[in-house]
Amino acid sequence: MEKQKFFSGRRERKLTEALFLVPTVLAFIMVIIIPFIIGIYYSFTDWDGVNAAKSVVGIANYKNIFTEPAFLHAFLVTVKFTLFNVIAVNIVAFLMALLVTSQVKGRNLYRAGFFVPNLIGGIVLGSIWQFIFSSILPAVGKALGWAGLSASLITNANTVVGAMVTVNTWQYAGYIMMIYVASIQGISQQVMEAASVDGATYWVRVRKILIPLMANSFTISLFLTLTTSFKMYDVNLALTNGGPVAMFMGKPVQASELLALNIYNTAFKYSKMAEGQAKAVVFFVVLVVVSLIQVSINKSKEVEM
Amino acid sequence: MAAYNELDVVGQNKARQKRLRVLAEIGCILLFILFMLPFFIVLMNSMRTNAEIINSAVGMPENARNLIDNIVAVWNNPTFNFLQALRDSVIITVLSLAVISVCSAMTAWVLVRNKTKWSTFLFMMFVAAMVIPFQVVMFPLITWFKSLGDFLHIPLLRSHGGLVFAYLGFGESMTIFIFHGFVKNIPLEIEEAADIDGCTRAGTFFRIVLPLLQPVFVTVLVLNGLWIWNDYLLPLLLLGSNGDVRTIPLAVQGFIGSFVKQWNLIMVSTLLAMLPIIILYIFAQKYIVQGMVEGAVK
Repeated sequence: MEKQKFFSGRRERKLTEALFLVPTVLAFIMVIIIPFIIGIYYSFTDWDGVNAAKSVVGIANYKNIFTEPAFLHAFLVTVKFTLFNVIAVNIVAFLMALLVTSQVKGRNLYRAGFFVPNLIGGIVLGSIWQFIFSSILPAVGKALGWAGLSASLITNANTVVGAMVTVNTWQYAGYIMMIYVASIQGISQQVMEAASVDGATYWVRVRKILIPLMANSFTISLFLTLTTSFKMYDVNLALTNGGPVAMFMGKPVQASELLALNIYNTAFKYSKMAEGQAKAVVFFVVLVVVSLIQVSINKSKEVEM
Repeated sequence: MAAYNELDVVGQNKARQKRLRVLAEIGCILLFILFMLPFFIVLMNSMRTNAEIINSAVGMPENARNLIDNIVAVWNNPTFNFLQALRDSVIITVLSLAVISVCSAMTAWVLVRNKTKWSTFLFMMFVAAMVIPFQVVMFPLITWFKSLGDFLHIPLLRSHGGLVFAYLGFGESMTIFIFHGFVKNIPLEIEEAADIDGCTRAGTFFRIVLPLLQPVFVTVLVLNGLWIWNDYLLPLLLLGSNGDVRTIPLAVQGFIGSFVKQWNLIMVSTLLAMLPIIILYIFAQKYIVQGMVEGAVK
């Protein structure tokens, strides 16, 4: 009797645990694994999106995309945007974190306020900033007589990336600020005070104590901004939709079209599904490399500690 | 002499500190104004007529009552259909959050409590999948969901269910990872005690383990909730831009695309779109910030 109950208990246990895995494993296979495998395969075919892939064309799609000015340009602009964005977001976020962890009055209100843009979706805030860049700023520029502002910054190929960095910094810096705030609050106040008593000025304390102790959260934030900037899509779509036109390798290209938007447009605007898929595979490979770098940096840190 | 000098240094430091603090206060106020300015612009231009905006983009509303007219115009606009978009967004977000959280917690728990080759392999698969960007699976996903749905006679495209299932697939990897780290620290003794008391395996999970996971739920709900609520691309691909089911980001984008830049109405549409999440933030600010920060650090 006792033994039987024990046996059925073990079976019940195995069965329950197996059933607990079913939903996630099923979704994982159906949503990630199968489309991923089909996707890799389709990038080597002449798939048109309507019919199943007809014939294998080898690396023809890859050859085409690496000689296509629009794709190469999108790649370069994405790298440029990512670089400036990572720097801008993190510097602004760090300075804001210093401000709101100092003794200023109303620091909780500031913290909450700086975080708000991060709650709002890229489509909505991209539309808001499109209005600001296309109507408000030119009006201000004209009223003040500033030539630089009188024309829209998002229809000028030279300033459009800067405009996107501005919008993304406004959106994202409050979030990164919170990560830095959590890190600063984890540092013992006694260390800072001791240094202060020893005559270290504020900036010396920040440079010699705060920044070295925050190394870990800098890595986290840098990679977080790096991957989100690289994958940027909806702000890009709602703010500029890739425009204006610029010349690259003797061909007209979209000056602010980032990779994610270029991949989407290749497939749906220009109906080149297989090439869009090949671009997505390249996009994936770049992100894998970035992740591997991040993992190896984290590993080497563990050794140090 | 020496003591006098030291005092002098302290005095200097004090003055310096005070100067820094005044600078910090001014910096905070300026930054705050800068950060809030776009919201102020949205509100002000929501109160103006289109003629006012065309006449001069920068200016105060002549009659704040226009806000109501504008809201009514946007609210009744069939392309925008805010109420329906709000309803669909709420249904999709709530269902997805429930499914992702519970299923991922179940999986993480089973994976932690069974130390076999299979559980390690499965966990490594989930972790590795976090690197896969949406772009690399999105095109095949549409055709695959279409054939699968036709085969099973379940509408996976243009339906709430198909989208929620897709969100489970895309959200579970990170969620399992977060839960996994937490479940490891739950002492096994608690579960053994429940086992001895005759609790079934499922009962142990739902009555003992799940309540203990409460602190992680904040992180998981906030991270996934903000992502799903604001997501544009996955709903666009699975629901289509003019289907029966439409989320708020789809409605905003569709509304803007259908207009010849009527900025006052566009501003009202963004105002309506932002309102639910801002209201939530006012009440749950602590949890939202905590969830976002812990999700990043993990």
